[in-house]
Parts: sequence; C-alpha cells; structure tokens
Amino acid sequence: MKPVFEYTKGMCRVDTNYCPGCTHGIALRLIMEVLDEMGRLGDTIAVAPIGCAVLAHQFMNVDGCEAAHGRAPAVASGIRRVHPDKTVLTYQGDGDLASIGMCEIMHAAARGEKFSTFFINNGIYGMTGGQMAPTTLIGQRSTTSQDGRTREQAGMPLKMCEILSGLDGTVYAERVALNSPAHVRAAKKAVRRAFELQDQRIGFTFVEFLSTCPTNWGLTPADAMKWVDEKVIPYYPLGVYKQPEEAK
Amino acid sequence: MSEKVLMKGNEAFAEAAIRGGCRFYFGYPITPQSEIPEYMSRELPKRGGTFLQAESELGAINAAYGAGAAGGNVFISSSSPGIALMQEGVSFLCSAEVPVVMLNVSRGGPGIGGIQPGQADYYQVTRGGGNGDYRVPVFAPSSIQEGVDLIYEAPVLADEWRNPIMLLADGMLGQMMEPVVLPEQRPFAESADIRAKKPWALKGYGDSDKNKAVVKSLRMQPDDLEAHVEKLFAKYREAEKALVRWESEGLEDADVVFVAFGTVARLTKEAIEILASQGVKAGLIRPISLWPFPYQAFDEISPKTKVVISTELSMGQMIEDVKVGVNGRYPVELIHRTGGIVPTSLEVAEKAREILAKI
Repeated sequence: MKPVFEYTKGMCRVDTNYCPGCTHGIALRLIMEVLDEMGRLGDTIAVAPIGCAVLAHQFMNVDGCEAAHGRAPAVASGIRRVHPDKTVLTYQGDGDLASIGMCEIMHAAARGEKFSTFFINNGIYGMTGGQMAPTTLIGQRSTTSQDGRTREQAGMPLKMCEILSGLDGTVYAERVALNSPAHVRAAKKAVRRAFELQDQRIGFTFVEFLSTCPTNWGLTPADAMKWVDEKVIPYYPLGVYKQPEEAK
Repeated sequence: MSEKVLMKGNEAFAEAAIRGGCRFYFGYPITPQSEIPEYMSRELPKRGGTFLQAESELGAINAAYGAGAAGGNVFISSSSPGIALMQEGVSFLCSAEVPVVMLNVSRGGPGIGGIQPGQADYYQVTRGGGNGDYRVPVFAPSSIQEGVDLIYEAPVLADEWRNPIMLLADGMLGQMMEPVVLPEQRPFAESADIRAKKPWALKGYGDSDKNKAVVKSLRMQPDDLEAHVEKLFAKYREAEKALVRWESEGLEDADVVFVAFGTVARLTKEAIEILASQGVKAGLIRPISLWPFPYQAFDEISPKTKVVISTELSMGQMIEDVKVGVNGRYPVELIHRTGGIVPTSLEVAEKAREILAKI
C-alpha cells in the first residue's frame, strides 16, 4: 500500500490552539513539511514573536525560541551569528512585523540577513482580540476602527512585500495566499524557494502569506476564504516581487 | 603576562570582554561608551569573533538574546538612555534564563540628560526597569583594573547562573586612562563546546532523538508562571549569598562611615585622608555588587560611629539600601552631586564635617 497522506514529522503531534478556519495551521504545516522534505528538521532554529505566532514553537518540531514583540529579526540575526551553518527562520504576524517590529525587519532585510521570514498577513491583531493592524484594509472593521478603517484616520495599509523588495539586501520576496488548494500548492513552492535561496547565503528571503482570521473578521471560515479572494488579494496582489536575476 | 599597559577605560573593558571569551558583540553608538563598539568593530573580526552594529539598542539587546539563546558568549554595552531602551530585553533574558554580559557606562539623566558621569541609574540597574519579578547581578568597579577583572569574570558567572550580568561603570571610568594588567585570552566556545556545555541552547538537535530545545518566557497558565518565577527566585536567593561583594576600611573606630561605589568611592578615599589629617576618623563601605547589596557590611560598623553618609552622583538612590543596611542604628545622611558633576574630595570632606557638626 502506498500512503497518500501522512503527518509531517515537522509538526509536533499536539493540537494547535488556532481558531477554526485560521490559516496559521496551513502556513506552519507548509514550512515544516518543506523542512522535513529538505532533511533540515534537526538543523533548523525558528523564532516566534508575540502574537498568535508566539505559539508556533509548540507545534514546529525544530529548536526554537520566543521573541519580544517585533524583535524576531534582531533575535534571528543573533542566532545566525552563532550558527552560520543552520537554517534560521522567523514566523511573524502583521502587527508584529509591520508595526512594532518595522525597524527590526527593515534593517534585517537591508543587511541582507541570511535567514527567511514568513509573514502572516491577516489584516488584524488576532491574539489581542481584533484591533486594527497596519495591514487592515480601508473600510475593514476592527475593535479600534469600528466604522471601518479610513485613510484620513489611519493612513493606507502597508504592503510589506513591495516595501521589502525595494531593499538591496532582500533577494527574494513573494506573496502567496492560503485560501484554495491551488494557492496552497503555490505557497509551498514559495516556502521551498525561500529556503533554497537561504542555502545560497546571498541575502534576506521573505514570504508573505495572505491569511485569515474568521474569529476577528466576524466571518465563517468559508466566507473568510472568499473574502481573501474578493477583498484582500485585489489590494495585496499575489506574486514574486523580488528574486535573483538568474531565476527570472 | 602581567605587563602593565596604559588604556582608556572603554577600550580596556572591550578588550577584557574579548579575553573573557565573549565572541559576539552587538552595539549601538552612544556617548560616553562609543569607543567600545569602535574597538569591537576593529578587534573582534580579526580574532574570530563577530561585531554587529545594531539598528537600535532594541536591536542590540534582542540580537544578544538570540546569540545567547543559541549558546554564544555575548557582550553588549550602552549608556543610560540606551540601557533604558534595553530593559524589555533584560526582563526577557531573565525569564528565559539566557546569559549575556552587559555594561552600562552611565551618564546623567533623566531623559537625554547629559553626557558627563552619573550614578542615577542605580534604581534602573538594581531594581530593574523591565516588567515582572526578576533580578540582575550588578557589579560596579571603581578602577579600570577592577572593571577589567569583573568583565573578564562576567561571562563565566552569566553562564553559571544563566542570567544576564550587569556592569555599572560611570562615564568617568569609561573615559579616563589608567595602567592595567590584561588577563589571558579565554578560548572562544566552538559549536562542539556549546553542544557539550549548554544542552538548553538552540543549536539544532541534529540526528539525535533528543527533544528539541525551546527558549521561552511565555507562560499562559498562572500556576505554571508562578512555579517558574519561584524557581527563578530560588536561584536569586543563592546568588544573593554567592555574588555579594564589598570592600570596607576603617569601620572599627570611625566617627563617620561613607558608603560609595565606582568613581565616587575613589574620591571618597581621598576625602577620608583629608579628614584624617583634620583629626576626623572616617571609614568606607564600598559595595562592589550593587545587587546583591552588601547589607551585612553594616554589621561591622563601630557602635561609636556618629553617622553613615551615602555619597552618590544622583539625588540619592543607593541611600535606600544604605538605610536598610543601617537598620536604624545610625543616622543616615547624603552627600551628592548630580547632572554630571563629580564633587571633589575636598568638597566631600567639608560636607562631612558640616554634617558631623550638626549631630
């Protein structure tokens, strides 16, 4: 009998704490599946900062640490100096990376830090209960933008793939989604590409996952997936924003 | 070895950290300690270490946390406002039990304050500016040689106690020059050493069946968090006994006992000589560890002592610990300057005589 589906050894055999319909679980599984396929589980160090991401080290079957809010890229920069031969990653949410941690991510990318950052963009602060994030869409309701975000009051949502791909230290930046089987397959390819380029030690690698937060969006899991297609992807177009010249 | 060299404090401290085995340095420029990142950027790479100029003090302390969690021996330095920014990280390091050696070359505050020497960070370093229940051992040298010796020892203590170790050297010590004897280079830890000596460190579990390493501070269950903090405090109680250090002189028959650390202890020793020439017997308690504070030193003070004087470059912060040590047995007074002004020994002696005259 040929197995058609298996648990990946990359994920610990524990239940995740994520809400039903949240795509954190898919993103984590893709990252860990790729590391398993590349034979890297014993040679990887992961950094999970505050937010729903902070739970990730409980599920990822690799050495890992927590980081203070926004600081994962600085922490990973320190880890990378001690272990130049390991695979190093950060797993960060949008409040963490694009708000409080903007300084750390920009400078890590600008330095061309040789680790990979996986960025969960669900347009909201999940763990604290649904406040406006730097990525919340115009018109989107949150507990701190109760009539919907306005440009006048909060400015426009930040497009991190576009911003980071403008830095010379970034060698790879791609935005993917997790709301359909085709998108999930494409996302896995992006994860693998990030790790392959990290192996070349030529610069900073970045994958942005357009993710869902049905609980704080006030939508059913199925409607949240549709909302990604209808509202999120039009503002945050999918695709490769930066890659090495030879790959084009 | 044992050849004396003339060095500026900041450069001697940096060299002592390298010789102590600190292979990783993360820093950000701030006066009066910028010679340290400059020295490290020049020296560490050619000696097999790593220098990184961080984007901020937040970046520096968090890179230090990452490197320390990965098993590296890390040294970082800053000055008062920069140390304030690092407090989030210090709290995190203590909770996650990650060893890092920190040096505060302190200046006047509050706010941006000034760039001249100050000791107004006493609360910051001994009480902790970060959140939660934690403690950081703090050592305050009063000469460049003592700073070199303490910094050389600090990575060993940090690893032994799995806790950050703080050195507090005021800007005077950072900026002045003195002859020092530098210790032998302690070898840098290699990957195999980290694997052998730090089973808790992040290094990849390789092909082994061992459990993955996790370095963390989040504990969502209150009983879990309480148990963790109780465990930390059992460690701190041991550290209070093992790490307390002080020097004292003339306590047996002193009319007045000064308590002073760092640069102030040096000029207070001169003030004691001036007072002696005027027929006033004065003694000194010089805390070397500010936490744990040497409360037991006060038990050696003579019953005939008339007053204990805390002498500080602040509005009086250590005086709170002095009062705990004195425990009501003697009047406690303060001689102080702040704002970056260092009093002369004559000034201290004169003020001490004024205080004695009123008692």
